[in-house]
Amino acid sequence: MTALGKLVRTTAFKIVAVYLIIFALFAAGIIAYLARHTQQLVVSQITETVDAEMRSLQEEFTVGGINRLVDVVETRAQQPGSNLYLVTTFAGAAIVGNVEVPNETLGRPGWSEISYRRAEDPDDRHVSRALVRVTVLPGGFRLLVGRDFEERDRLRQILAQPARWAVAFLVILGVGGGLFIARRVLKRIDAMTETSDRIMAGDLSGRLPVAGSGDEFDRLANSLNAMLERIEGLMTGVKQVSDNIAHDLKTPLTRLRNQAEEALRASKSEADYRAALEATIDESDALIRTFDALLMISRAEAGEVRTHMADFDAADVANSVGELYEPLAEEKGLKFVVETDPPLPCHGNRELIGQALANLVDNAIKHGEPVTPGIEGEVRVNSRLQGGRILLTVADRGPGIPDGDRKRVLERFVRLETSRSRPGAGLGLSLAAAVAHLHGGDLLLEDNNPGLRATLAIPVPSR
Amino acid sequence: MAAPSPPAVASFPGRVVLTGHPPDLYPDFMGGPNLRNSASANPSSAGRTQMRLLIVEDDLEAAEYLRKALREAGHVAELARDGEEGLQAAVDGEFDVLVVDRMLPKREGLSLISELRARGDTTPVLILSALGQVDDRVTGLRAGGDDYLTKPYAFSELLARVEALSRRTAPQAADTLYRVGDLELDRLSHRVTRAGKEIPLQPREFRLLEYLMRHAGQVVTRTMLLENVWDYHFDPQTNVIDVHVSRLRSKIDKGFERTLLHTVRGAGYMIRDGAR
Repeated sequence: MTALGKLVRTTAFKIVAVYLIIFALFAAGIIAYLARHTQQLVVSQITETVDAEMRSLQEEFTVGGINRLVDVVETRAQQPGSNLYLVTTFAGAAIVGNVEVPNETLGRPGWSEISYRRAEDPDDRHVSRALVRVTVLPGGFRLLVGRDFEERDRLRQILAQPARWAVAFLVILGVGGGLFIARRVLKRIDAMTETSDRIMAGDLSGRLPVAGSGDEFDRLANSLNAMLERIEGLMTGVKQVSDNIAHDLKTPLTRLRNQAEEALRASKSEADYRAALEATIDESDALIRTFDALLMISRAEAGEVRTHMADFDAADVANSVGELYEPLAEEKGLKFVVETDPPLPCHGNRELIGQALANLVDNAIKHGEPVTPGIEGEVRVNSRLQGGRILLTVADRGPGIPDGDRKRVLERFVRLETSRSRPGAGLGLSLAAAVAHLHGGDLLLEDNNPGLRATLAIPVPSR
Repeated sequence: MAAPSPPAVASFPGRVVLTGHPPDLYPDFMGGPNLRNSASANPSSAGRTQMRLLIVEDDLEAAEYLRKALREAGHVAELARDGEEGLQAAVDGEFDVLVVDRMLPKREGLSLISELRARGDTTPVLILSALGQVDDRVTGLRAGGDDYLTKPYAFSELLARVEALSRRTAPQAADTLYRVGDLELDRLSHRVTRAGKEIPLQPREFRLLEYLMRHAGQVVTRTMLLENVWDYHFDPQTNVIDVHVSRLRSKIDKGFERTLLHTVRGAGYMIRDGAR
């Protein structure tokens, strides 16, 4: 594509061209309208002049007969720039006048438009157009008075010439302006295309240029940049997750393989083999659970389960999850309290919210043993409505999570004990956070002085 | 075959999803030939009604494995390798339960089930799928499936669910009074008595016992209990169900000579009269 072809193809140029055509047509229309009206004005002036002249000559005729008329006409016809006059007998022979006209014109009384020649200089072959009026006088004399169209034609020329220039100027200005604007637009677009090509080539840190003028291109660039920011964040997240997956799934896979090898090498009896196989199945079940949790998180993050949202009572979820875990807490010697504000109508995926809350309760029970002297172990599940949000809170009295780690624990596979001695893949809080985000809400982690207070904050559906 | 589902079965809307298994829930029959000898590992195979099943699965190895395992559990299974073959077999044959994979050649698993239901066939269907998320399960059950199990699954889980689905082996679905040995549960008055003595139960404990007794003599897995008693389909990660069952056990079995609520190692729980 040539540079000009590219310019002509731009939207800016096309818009300019369309406006140009519309504007030119409009301008031509106005000029034509003006010309027409001016001409009509000129013609009506001519007829008025002719009428007045005709009246005065008729008066002269009435007063002084044909002789007086001939005298007056003769005088008037001599004046420079005079009207056209002709007096003939009933037979059509000219008596006095300054024009030669075809005979049939004289035979037709009233207005007509004719071609004529000036009588005074016979060498002049110039034929002009005129508007004439013929009247039959008593005695069969015919009187013709007329006026040349010269004025009208001159006016037409005066109008036509600048109009042509104006239209030509308009077209040149329009095309030039169109090309100029198109070039400017094209330059911005080319810059954007270049940057996005670079980004597509793998440099995700690239950003589109922003001119700072706040125009629509800047707005577009800003929003695309925000999108790139998000994509870059997601890509970094994906990379981090795949690194984590590689690490966290390889560990149990290695254990699995070692166990199988160990069994082959060292097992003596059927009981040994059986035990080794059982351990292998345990290990693979743990792997499956981790995969399921990962899948669930990524699907919640992608918003895929949004299709299965329904109305349910969040207080009921808090109650049933609480009731499910209560014996477990008691078995660990933790006091377990469920406080609910019934009912809390909520719109979402009951299953996922239930699971998210269960993860929080499970965490609280697992990590809720008090470490501060004088503090009794307790897990408190609370549901209430506050500030347009449903808050499902699980609070424990355990060691809690240090300030600096609160954001980090929401990431996948992050577990605070480096020893990894306790069960769990470190996905519980990530899933709870993903579920909260899916519902347009948040997972809040706060200090319970001592302990952790985790809250699922879900916005109440607006009706 | 075309009998309508018993209302008691239909009253459990969210029946199954398995997103994982507690660590001790694995198939014990992996030992192969020893299976028949290890009665404790699979008590349901002893003296149980034989079921006829149709497995619609395009993975031949998985299907053969399943057929073999079902045969060892005392049931007969036929195989169909694609959706069309499966539909034909289901229409022609008399089966107690269909086990249908979701992703099948020629005709999708869910389409097969919808077609069967459209023809008025109400044979219980267990959907097997690698897609295990909440919404997939809902889609599956809406298409007319009765239960949903995610791959990979423990065979003990599949067996327990298939047996719970089969009308021939699901005994007390419609009764108002469940009885196992000298334990009685009245579903109308919500009273539970053992040897004539009333046992006070919490509402959830009552529902737990009710579900166990409806499936008396059958293995009931932890996930089945979580789904049917609590209506949650996630994997609780910890042994929450075990704690609930042991509480219940202490109420109904403590102080009595004969134990009714048994733990089936590697599978789940079963309530049964030991003398049976």
